Amino acid sequence: MTLANACAVVMFVGIALYALLAGADFGAGFWDLTSGGHERGRAPRAQIEESLGPVWEANHVWLIFVLVTLWTAFPAAFAPIMSTLYVPLTLAAIGIILRGAAFAFRKASETLHMRRWFGATFASSSLLTPFMLGAVVGGIASGRVPAGEQSGDVLRSWLNPTSMLGGVMAVVVCAFLASVYLAADSERRNHPDLVQFFRRRAIASAVVAGVVALAGVFVLQHDAPTLFHGLTHRGAPLIVISAIAGATTLVLLTRAKYRTARISAALAVVAVLFGWAAAQYPYMLERSVRISDAAGPHATLVAILVVLGGGSVLLVPALVWLFVLMQRGVLAGEH
Amino acid sequence: MLAVDQPDLFYARQQMAFSLGSHIVLACIGMSVPFMVVLAEWRGHRTGDLVYVTLARRWAKMMGVLFAVGAVSGTILSFEFGILWPRWMGRFGSVMGLPFAIEGFAFFLEAIFIGIYLYGWDRLPPRVHLWAGVPIGVAGVASAFFVVAANGWMNDPTGFTLDAHGNVTHVDPWAALFNSALWPEAIHMILAAFIVGGCLLAAPYGWAMLRGRRTRYERVGLLLPLTFAMVAAPLQIVVGDWAARHVAVHQPTKLAAMEGLYATTKGATLHLGGIYVGHEIVGGIPIPDGLSFLAFHNPHAVVKGLDTVPASDRAPVNVVRTAFQLMVMIGTAMLGLGLWMLLAWRKRRTVPRSRWFLRAVVLAGPASVAALECGWITTEVGRQPWIVWQVMRVRDAVTDAPNIRFGYFLLIAVYAFMAVFTVIVLRRLMRTPLPAELIASLESLEPVDES
Repeated sequence: MTLANACAVVMFVGIALYALLAGADFGAGFWDLTSGGHERGRAPRAQIEESLGPVWEANHVWLIFVLVTLWTAFPAAFAPIMSTLYVPLTLAAIGIILRGAAFAFRKASETLHMRRWFGATFASSSLLTPFMLGAVVGGIASGRVPAGEQSGDVLRSWLNPTSMLGGVMAVVVCAFLASVYLAADSERRNHPDLVQFFRRRAIASAVVAGVVALAGVFVLQHDAPTLFHGLTHRGAPLIVISAIAGATTLVLLTRAKYRTARISAALAVVAVLFGWAAAQYPYMLERSVRISDAAGPHATLVAILVVLGGGSVLLVPALVWLFVLMQRGVLAGEH
Repeated sequence: MLAVDQPDLFYARQQMAFSLGSHIVLACIGMSVPFMVVLAEWRGHRTGDLVYVTLARRWAKMMGVLFAVGAVSGTILSFEFGILWPRWMGRFGSVMGLPFAIEGFAFFLEAIFIGIYLYGWDRLPPRVHLWAGVPIGVAGVASAFFVVAANGWMNDPTGFTLDAHGNVTHVDPWAALFNSALWPEAIHMILAAFIVGGCLLAAPYGWAMLRGRRTRYERVGLLLPLTFAMVAAPLQIVVGDWAARHVAVHQPTKLAAMEGLYATTKGATLHLGGIYVGHEIVGGIPIPDGLSFLAFHNPHAVVKGLDTVPASDRAPVNVVRTAFQLMVMIGTAMLGLGLWMLLAWRKRRTVPRSRWFLRAVVLAGPASVAALECGWITTEVGRQPWIVWQVMRVRDAVTDAPNIRFGYFLLIAVYAFMAVFTVIVLRRLMRTPLPAELIASLESLEPVDES
């Protein structure tokens, strides 16, 4: 494997982890928004706050990881992506600000009035960010980001069928992951009502994800034929794995196997992401910039891999400790 | 390199300045306050003193809110690097990106340990909890170090060569990381963080004492953070001198803008105050040979003036110079405040009696932020018109995408929302009643002298 490909793989692992971890945090915002009035929504919202509180900031850092790897290792891809797709990226960034700040404010507020206000901001911005990031992926994957210093069409690069598909898919997938994880968390915390609450939503969102994926076949066939060809050829095995994992998750959910369902749900998402990567390979920006074209000089690629390796020595144990504490319920919310 | 026709260049610069200027305050709090919280927790844990225990918990809650706001406002910056300055990032991302990658890991550790620390209170064994707080501050300081490394590179671009066509070749990212501006700039920044964090945290207790609440709780709440700031203040003057001398050697025209020196001069005069009009300082107090002495520690040294570069390569003198002078003035006043505190402590082992001292402490909060912003303006505006010193101009780095001004307007609205509610939430946290046991223990003590 070339150094450039190694860096691309590492970056893609970051994208997958961001989708699995931060994606679920955004999805939890979606369920926060839709879990009903103050009385009815109290229990699910408390569970969401508990499941997110200690980890959302760490989960968010995967995005920073992806961005810095992209601009250091692949500056010739970073620059066109950011300049052409600046509108959805700005909106995603604003969603990130509002989501994070409002979530922290809500936790620190006592009055119902303020908690509602911040809750609504937290929840609606949790929709905005994944939608916009999904639209960005759609723009890249459908070959709408031209190479070079001149920015492409700043509107049509994301206001197009593939981007809309990407945006909707991202929101649905985030909601799906969140409901599966939250069902498992509720089970661990021994809240059978909440387990049912999230299980129903997990099943519903899995079905919706399947429907959107099927609709996506037609969208991609017409709007992004190159990507479609890649997905149905080189990416096909991964797409099949994703479909099987999705179906398995549905079965596991109906049989109340929530902990295992988390794994198959994550696999379904990761497989589709890597399916996209495989479909595009060797292009980083579909039809315009190859991974090798985008890559920085040899010395930088070596340096970044050294830094990522060295950093992991500190990062991995810390992350493992955080998640172990979470799973053991040590970091549960208010008491 | 193609020149860019970007009518919104002004807005791009304003947006970057505005988001960096906001984030820098939160970043300073984020790297210094954790040390104060952990110290208070440690004292509380060792002595069982409720004053320290309560302070640690309350500070930790505020730190949690401010960390969240700082985390997201920091993220926006990494978007803006690409959205606003894609030509800079596209060309030099591989040269100066490495410190950001390392900083990413530091940020990761901060975010992980702040989650464990805030949510693990009373749930982890006390010693484990205490130690979980330490990496937050350490990683925060490391973050600052690496982010400033990237800024240092913009001031002293090393680790690459440009070929005849202006292409970047011979890239050595490690040499870029360890540019010569890194050490003075980073240490200056980190000390500033302790001054800002300490002064901001101490100010509300000064205010409470002025309003007549003078229990041990307020005294400790004032003294602990202020001590951090007042230890950093004298060091900051030494490091500031170092940083300025570095600028004198590596960016002589930036120094000339900071001092308003037009003509290259042997034995250059230092002016305190005044404004720069038509190539000279009007209305300042002149100190003969002062500038040569400060910049090179030699009263007869030659100091390069703005006349060494064409007018189009000069920074706006009055902005840079006023910011610089204000920063130095506030820094010097901080040193005075520290000496006052030290003398009172040696005499009476407590906070100075004078209400003027308390007023000064309250003022030191906003003043420290003003000095921070002024320092940032000095280095950033002083670098103009370059984004990469004498290599790339800001106007060649900006995006060619249309209508970017709307992003700036939107961001201002969002930041206004964030600022207003951060203040509201922090005020509410501060007004939470103290635990009854603490109040009982405080009332058993003598009400402290009223002067």
